[in-house]
Amino acid sequence: MSGDARSADIIVIGGGIHGCSTALHCAMRGLSVILIEKDHAGRHASGVNAGGVRQLARHVAEIPLSNASMALWHRIADLVDDDCGFTCDGQVLVAEDDEDLGNCRTRVDDLTLRGFHHEELIDATELRRLVPAVSDACPGGVVSRRDGAAIPLRATQAFKRKAASLGADIREGVRVTRVVRDGANWRVETGEGAFLAPRIVNAAGAWADRIAADLGEPVPLDVIAPMLMITAAMPAFIKPVVILRKRKLSFKQFANGTVLIGGGYLGRAIRDENRTVLDWSKLATNAKTVWDLFPIMRGAPITRAWAGIEARMPDDLPVFGPSAKHEGVFHQFGFSAHGFQLGPGAGAVMAEIIATGSSNVPIDGLQISRFTHH
Amino acid sequence: MIAINAIDQLAEPYDIAIVGAGPAGLAAAARAAELGLSVLLADENPAPGGQIYRAVTTTPVAKRDVLGEDYWKGGALVERLTKTTASYAPGCTVWSVAPDEEGGFELGLSLGGRARLISAGQIILATGAQERPFPIPGWTLPGVMTAGAAQIALKSSGLVPSGRTVIAGCGPLLYLLAGQLAAAGADIVAVLDTTPRRNWLSALPALPDFLRSPYLAKGLKLMAAARGKLSFRTGVTALAAQGADKVTGVTVTRGGKTETIACDALLLHHGVIPGINLSNAAGCAQHFDTVQHCWTPTVDDWFASSIPGIAIAGDGAGIGGAESAALRGEIAALDAVRRLGHLTEGQRDSHAAPARAELARSLRGRRFLDLLYRPAETFLAPPANETIICRCEEVTAGQIRDTASRLGVTGPNQMKAFLRCGMGPCQGRLCGPTVVELIAQVHGVSPADTGYYRLRPPVKPITLAELAALPPSEAAVKAVVR
Ligand SMILES: Cc1cc2nc3c(=O)[nH]c(=O)nc-3n(C[C@H](O)[C@H](O)[C@H](O)COP(=O)(O)OP(=O)(O)OC[C@H]3O[C@@H](n4cnc5c(N)ncnc54)[C@H](O)[C@@H]3O)c2cc1C
Repeated sequence: MSGDARSADIIVIGGGIHGCSTALHCAMRGLSVILIEKDHAGRHASGVNAGGVRQLARHVAEIPLSNASMALWHRIADLVDDDCGFTCDGQVLVAEDDEDLGNCRTRVDDLTLRGFHHEELIDATELRRLVPAVSDACPGGVVSRRDGAAIPLRATQAFKRKAASLGADIREGVRVTRVVRDGANWRVETGEGAFLAPRIVNAAGAWADRIAADLGEPVPLDVIAPMLMITAAMPAFIKPVVILRKRKLSFKQFANGTVLIGGGYLGRAIRDENRTVLDWSKLATNAKTVWDLFPIMRGAPITRAWAGIEARMPDDLPVFGPSAKHEGVFHQFGFSAHGFQLGPGAGAVMAEIIATGSSNVPIDGLQISRFTHH
Repeated sequence: MIAINAIDQLAEPYDIAIVGAGPAGLAAAARAAELGLSVLLADENPAPGGQIYRAVTTTPVAKRDVLGEDYWKGGALVERLTKTTASYAPGCTVWSVAPDEEGGFELGLSLGGRARLISAGQIILATGAQERPFPIPGWTLPGVMTAGAAQIALKSSGLVPSGRTVIAGCGPLLYLLAGQLAAAGADIVAVLDTTPRRNWLSALPALPDFLRSPYLAKGLKLMAAARGKLSFRTGVTALAAQGADKVTGVTVTRGGKTETIACDALLLHHGVIPGINLSNAAGCAQHFDTVQHCWTPTVDDWFASSIPGIAIAGDGAGIGGAESAALRGEIAALDAVRRLGHLTEGQRDSHAAPARAELARSLRGRRFLDLLYRPAETFLAPPANETIICRCEEVTAGQIRDTASRLGVTGPNQMKAFLRCGMGPCQGRLCGPTVVELIAQVHGVSPADTGYYRLRPPVKPITLAELAALPPSEAAVKAVVR
């Protein structure tokens, strides 16, 4: 789908779920789009993440964006012509003791006061009904029933394909080397020549700080490598995704029986080589948590472990919205290891802001100005 | 030699850790230990020898000429190692190799159901070759196996396939195996040779070197031995295994005519390719070797990979055979010792000179064999859509072609997300090359442009309990003490 045009209404830098979603929603609004991706769409965080489509336990500043996204996940096949492997069996935060459960209650009460009702406190009986295999010691937890999971690379590529089918020009294997002002346009320089557009979106994931720095808006972005591991197929024993609050764990069994184990333990990222190095000592801690919580898993063979290269901001919130400095520049990065769920909605909101200048979905607290203005 | 029989006997850190006790690993370990370095040689098999010299110290096959005189050469390599101070850990699986932050390496190993992380200054991967996948319709039926698997049974347990046996494919090992099995008493009803006739044309320019090479005499002997006794059919252009719940016959197409040969066992072999799982998972760069037609780790003259401190010796860095593997092991070891500061460049070079000369001689003629026995396109990218390609996840050639064209999937890593091919326990060992070939065919590009799977550790599965019980590594303990 690569035409010859060197200019468009919008250039999106980065072909993760965010770049592809923004490209799609811009194309749906009739704008011409060029998306430039240095590897292939979904090569990084968006293609190798845990696939968790989770509203549970999100920071309040993200909840409006997350709500907008959840609505789209529930009709994802209508949007991108592919169900993206999305399944909705809820996500459960398991409290490991009474103190933990007390914190859950405080959180759910706080959300209710703010008018959010997606998180629901559950007692030991409901916990056991939802997660029969969980250790008897756990007194309850929180459930978010509309949550679920999807297949990350498949989802990201579905957004790419749908954007392309609506005319977006997708350039994979092309790296943006510099962004400079050129009259009324931005000139986006790449290994394959320059592209021009009056508006650009910086959706470059763990490399987005470089684009931002080019634009005179340096940000304190940390490049991290969250790790995951997966087991061979086990007999089906759990449907919802399970997460913990005190110890780090996220745990999900797929329909084929394989179990994905994560929780945000970090390996080492070597972003200039597209490489990561695993930290097995931390994965051992991760495995020990599963050993404690799900005795049924003790003999499970671990078949693969990996890490993805992801951008984390100091406050664990994304950088989202117009530049604080330039006309026609928009930032959409720094999703801090929980941006997959946000992809569909963030693209829709970004396209709305680009096309109309504003959106009803509040993005307070997410703008780049929190780092550039002191 | 220090035998390691339990994981807590490992005395880390080692100067050099070597993975794989075939000719390359045995020679590398012996050489490095002879130069005074602390060496660990780990291998998942119960006895040294690798594939070619498998079970050379333990085989029940007593008649020397069954396995041929070359096989017994492995004994000398093992004996040389025995005289050194190297540690040798049989039954020990290395499931991860990763650079640490101090210029050394962390290895994840399992032995006797327990796992451990240890550190080493230099790594030599000598994990050898694997058989090239040979997917034909029906190849997943019981009774169909690779010729290599049959050879393992013969060497380690003295077993031959029972009943009428058909051997199909091409390459020097095919003739060797046919000869070995026949000598051991197998009932070989046919040898079906798939060597494409026009390969002779592309191989011809390399013939003069071959004629001056050690391969010639050996090859002629093998051919004569096999051909004399066995029923050979050349020019085979299509194969399919028949049977409902086990193989009962093989359908063969030659010169446009198709016949079915009844059999109880079908042995398939299409040559060997480097086993790249560990080097790939460790992050070593690789490229597509167009002569050997396979993915190969990229190494320099000292067999050093793109990651400083990891060398790849033997067939794991390009197929060269047993003799060259041992020589490449020596040379890689000398460079590892030099990197650790125990040899100067000059000393390394002079130590390596004799091995280099021999290496050149041992590889002469290889190119001819590679070109002559390159499998035909129709076996690399099976035309029959129903052919299973990924055995772990039961993905067919038709599904891969369809996904590549309909969803615009351009590489094997993306294919995983749609079909799960390569995501089973074998991590693509049995499907990777074919998936690449099929995607390349659909898009009209070369396998080099398609890329290969990014493989992930653990390269062999470990259990959750093993991982959960992982003792803290020495490096981690030190970090806390400091
Ligand atoms: C292991 C792991 C597990 C996770 N689990 C979850 C989860 O369960 N749920 C959840 O919601 N989130 C999860 N996340 C987080 C989520 O994956 C990310 O937040 C999200 O995918 C970020 O999307 P993105 O489009 O911003 O970034 P990316 O997917 O990284 O995309 C950015 C793209 O920009 C390209 N690029 C960069 N620089 C340039 C340049 N100069 N020129 C051209 N292209 C460039 C990159 O190649 C890359 O493809 C997880 C992340 C990881 C790593």
